[in-house]
Amino acid sequence: MTDPTAETGTSPVSPEDPDHRSAFARMGDRRKRRIDELAEAGSLSDERGVSLWQSAWRRLRRDPVFLIGAVIILLFLIVALIAPWLAPHDPRARDLIGQVTPATPIPDPQPGYPLGGDNAGRDLLSRLIVGARQTLIVGVLATLGGLFGGLVLGTLAGGIGGWVDNIVMRVVDVMLSIPSLLMAFSIAAIFARPSQWTVILAIAIVQVPVFARLLRGSMISQRHSDHVLAARSLGVRAPAIVFRHMLPNSVGPVIVQGTLVLAVSIIDAAALSFLGLGNPDDSVPEWGQMLGRAQVFFNTYPHVAVYPALCIIVVALGFTLMGESLREALDPKSRR
Amino acid sequence: MRNRSVGALASAAALALLLTSCAESDRDTGDDGDGAPAGTDNATGTEPAAGGDDGASDATFVFGAAGAPTTFDPFYASDGETFRVTRQIFQNLIGIEEGGSEAVPELATSWESEDGLVWDFAIQEGVTFHDGTPLDAEAVCANFERWADQNEAGQSPSGAYYYGNDFGFGEDSLYESCEATDELTAQVTVSRVTGKFPMVLSQSSYAIQSPTAMEEYDANGIALEGEAFVFPEYAQEHPTGTGPFMFESYDNAGGSVTLTRNDDYWGDPAGVSEIVFRIIPDENARRQELEAGTINGYDLPNPVDWQALEDAGNQVLIRDPFNILYLALNPVADPQLEDPLVRQALYHALNREQFVTSQLPAGAEVATQFMPSTVSGWSSGIEAYEYDVEKARDLLEQAGKSDLTIELWYPSEVTRPYMPDPTRVYDAVKADWEAAGITVETVTKPWAGGYIDDTQASRAPAFFLGWTGDLNSADNFLCAFFCGDDNQFGTSAYDWHEDLQEQIAAADAEADEATRIGLYESLNEAIMSPEWLPGLPISHSPPAIVVGENVQGLVASPLTAEDFSTVTITE
Amino acid sequence: MLRFIVRRLLQAVIALFVLSVLLFAWLRSLPGGVVSALLGERGTPENAARLRAQLGLDDPLPVQYWRFLQRALQGDFGVSNGVYRGEPALDVFVQRFPATLELSLFALALALVLAIPLGYVAARRRGGMLDTGSVIFSLVGVAVPVFFLAYVLKYLFAVRWGLLPPSGRQSVGIDATHITNLYVLDGILTREWDAAWDALKHLILPAIALSSIPFAIIFRITRAAVIDVMDEDYVRTARAKGLTSSVIRVRHIMRNALIPVVTIVGLQVGALLGGAVLTEKVFAFQGIGQALAIGFERRDYPVLQVLIMFAALIYIVVNLAVDVAYALIDPRVRTK
Repeated sequence: MTDPTAETGTSPVSPEDPDHRSAFARMGDRRKRRIDELAEAGSLSDERGVSLWQSAWRRLRRDPVFLIGAVIILLFLIVALIAPWLAPHDPRARDLIGQVTPATPIPDPQPGYPLGGDNAGRDLLSRLIVGARQTLIVGVLATLGGLFGGLVLGTLAGGIGGWVDNIVMRVVDVMLSIPSLLMAFSIAAIFARPSQWTVILAIAIVQVPVFARLLRGSMISQRHSDHVLAARSLGVRAPAIVFRHMLPNSVGPVIVQGTLVLAVSIIDAAALSFLGLGNPDDSVPEWGQMLGRAQVFFNTYPHVAVYPALCIIVVALGFTLMGESLREALDPKSRR
Repeated sequence: MRNRSVGALASAAALALLLTSCAESDRDTGDDGDGAPAGTDNATGTEPAAGGDDGASDATFVFGAAGAPTTFDPFYASDGETFRVTRQIFQNLIGIEEGGSEAVPELATSWESEDGLVWDFAIQEGVTFHDGTPLDAEAVCANFERWADQNEAGQSPSGAYYYGNDFGFGEDSLYESCEATDELTAQVTVSRVTGKFPMVLSQSSYAIQSPTAMEEYDANGIALEGEAFVFPEYAQEHPTGTGPFMFESYDNAGGSVTLTRNDDYWGDPAGVSEIVFRIIPDENARRQELEAGTINGYDLPNPVDWQALEDAGNQVLIRDPFNILYLALNPVADPQLEDPLVRQALYHALNREQFVTSQLPAGAEVATQFMPSTVSGWSSGIEAYEYDVEKARDLLEQAGKSDLTIELWYPSEVTRPYMPDPTRVYDAVKADWEAAGITVETVTKPWAGGYIDDTQASRAPAFFLGWTGDLNSADNFLCAFFCGDDNQFGTSAYDWHEDLQEQIAAADAEADEATRIGLYESLNEAIMSPEWLPGLPISHSPPAIVVGENVQGLVASPLTAEDFSTVTITE
Repeated sequence: MLRFIVRRLLQAVIALFVLSVLLFAWLRSLPGGVVSALLGERGTPENAARLRAQLGLDDPLPVQYWRFLQRALQGDFGVSNGVYRGEPALDVFVQRFPATLELSLFALALALVLAIPLGYVAARRRGGMLDTGSVIFSLVGVAVPVFFLAYVLKYLFAVRWGLLPPSGRQSVGIDATHITNLYVLDGILTREWDAAWDALKHLILPAIALSSIPFAIIFRITRAAVIDVMDEDYVRTARAKGLTSSVIRVRHIMRNALIPVVTIVGLQVGALLGGAVLTEKVFAFQGIGQALAIGFERRDYPVLQVLIMFAALIYIVVNLAVDVAYALIDPRVRTK
């Protein structure tokens, strides 16, 4: 077994980043710590291979934390998939606009509209249901975007090493040093025409350094592992080693991190909308946007905010529970 | 209708003064009923405030402000948050009637002119500034001179915005001279006849300030430093006026402004001993502070909250709408709009009646022209563009634009008094237009994050904007919209652009009031004619101000120029 | 040691310089600008052009930056154009920073007081109901959008039940002397107990909302660290030696487990700042988070520049302090 601590140092006392080359190096420590732990976990899989997943699964099956998370996410996925057939009304149809007046901006619950309407007379329940799909899309795309960016940077850094590694990791450290919400805020603000895509892009960019560090750590810890050394001695070229031997072994930590990032993305989308940097077009509902926009009604019609908020909380919790229990299941230390 | 002739004007002024004092007496008796038994004799407004300890209480009126004041010298300000504070400290030569928009005497008891160029202002006797300086004709002229004598920073639109707009600096300035012909008569000469002088002096910026204090604290020392304006000591710490309240302190860190009652005030003393403006930028927070009883009132409550606020026992005072929300169409941004048929079609497709009744607060009105009906010059003879989807389709077909696609812009994350919720206006217009077969492409930008820039630079084909009037003047509305070759409506792309410019200038330069009003009426009719129609006036929306159950005496002003000295608070 | 510190300081200066360039360019590339913020619908194209020229915004960016740098080196960071017009931007920071500091410290203290005991207990009862329950609870804290939590707290405790003030830092009627601008501390220093109590009451709700993020992290780290330490040889030895459990608890487990916790706490500054933007908005709390939001809305470049630069500076200084502490404890760090 390779010693991951040689590169990434995870004993509780010594800092994660032992080289101290930059003033920013120690920032974002929380995220780094998680990332490095994950990278370490992934690096083990080449030793124990399938058995690691098997033992993880054995643990997860009996872990209530994981099960709760899994049930939530399963329900969420089902709703998101069949949303258009599940929703009783068209989420864009202003069926109740006749009841929207300045004195009563939010139509009350009524037969056929169990949760009432929103301030444009659209069925709130249908918007929540269809919103599940859009929320999933935002979360998944932002996560995939972050993953893709992280893959490029992390592969460059971990696969090539040397000065490339140095430069990439300095950039990543600087990015990690900025509070993630402020960074998302800054990126979202720069677009002249905000839309769903600018929100996704802003959240994705914030996740890039997280994935980059994760993948780099995982690759570096594999660099001297037996199967990589073996491949190298057989004359397999570097790119092939990276893609065929190193990346597949990073799948575990990426899945864990991806699950956690999905939760963060959904919450960040809500925060951006709250700060006025969300998608201005609400024809396709999304929970974060619904919550961010409902702040006007929080005093008078709190349910308009509470429903999307509960959806976000439950789904974000589901992803987080899954991610955390996965992480623990894959963590070698926890199996001692 | 106001009469231009000198004598009539003077008598109207006197009458207004009389009415005002009557109103004040009424108010006093009203207060007494509410439980200040000691102050029953405090009825006449001319008695100086010996009664500071009988009728007036030592209550504090806490008002939730949405933003910090720019400065305390209203001459360098152009925003409501600043004026709300300075109006309590300062007074103008010409005031605004309580609860209305007409000009009434304030520090000048009357004003008259033979030719519209030389104006004699009779100054109120027995008034002193907060620093003890007496108000006389010299002091008034010192103010006029001070206004004209601005450095480069002062002349900037971010300095003396109103003066730059209304008077202008240098050679072309409307202001010529001011002379104290006797102790209480200031003779002001202007360089040309214009309909807005002297009424323009009723705007908050033209507050009469203490010449002593201005001298001592370098009131004109505004400076441009780097990327920002730095205000002189006077404007930040020593604003000195004649009003019922005196500036006490500004707590930057805590976000509050404190004013105390001027016990030597020449009129009725203020009903509370202290006003505190607490700066609470978040609308929800303001509302909840009021509910918790930690503030006594705040301005511009969101119309969706009105009902709930009243249900909770608060008083929502709705002002008469003195604003306009319009949809501007700019042919420079989109040449399709050059065709009047297209513009007419867009208008006929709008169901403004439904929008106003369903989306705007009670008291809102459908607009027929680019000014509210209370402005002199509003024309009653304008034919309404009725809501007619079929007609809209026909017009588009005639224009060969049945498949019209148009970009519609609206600002995000902003509320304006004329547009409490931009999203709703946009929603309604989009739905209406789509119903007429028009394809709508949405563009939205933050207010200061590109919306203002782009709409003013003719980059937006169709967009929402509006205006709250500064005073009862048609020019204040029309010129803000249409003056100049690169105005936001892009009228220079039309062949009637020159005609429009000439008519606006001619109406403003007309000395006779009746004739001038006639000119504005026909100008409004021309603007709304099918051939011109540069944009689509939508609505006049009443802004509100809300105060708690225990606050009495606040009179809402259509110009949002409330005078807090009439406020009293019961325990 | 000295060389280490000097090197880190130099790196910090370079990092700050790079940040100031990036920040300058970013702020000025935002759509819209200070001119439209100042003039609003009153700005005609002529007025706007004139103001732009006066403010020097027409010059090329490098020229503008050079001007800024020259002034900044003399301690002049420009004057606010939006948050507090006419006020030096540095003063805005100086006035508002104590508010955010007070709020953050209070939130951090709350998180520590709750998370450490809970983390300890959870670790000792690993896998039990209490552990599962507290893990889920801490993750709920992560899943709830901070601003929503803030609204709910405010609605219940301030509006509904009237137990605590809904917003601001101190009541209007309180006549308080301010020395440090940390209002609670000021009240204690001047023995104005009512002022201190009043300020404290204003802190409670925003601090609870803000503490939700550090709470989850501190809980997680404490739990992980206690689990790690419990398995260490010296604890087993101590147990074998027959030491009483309370001695083991205090001397061996907690002391060693707290080391990573303390370091994590030092690194929460960034996350707290991100959360402060949201919390201060909801509670109209006059800190730098609120100033950032307003400054952003009004495109107040000098204020944004100063707030962000100084926030970064503080972040760097805190990290430097943590690293120096590390270097003192663990000599290996220095030599690397």
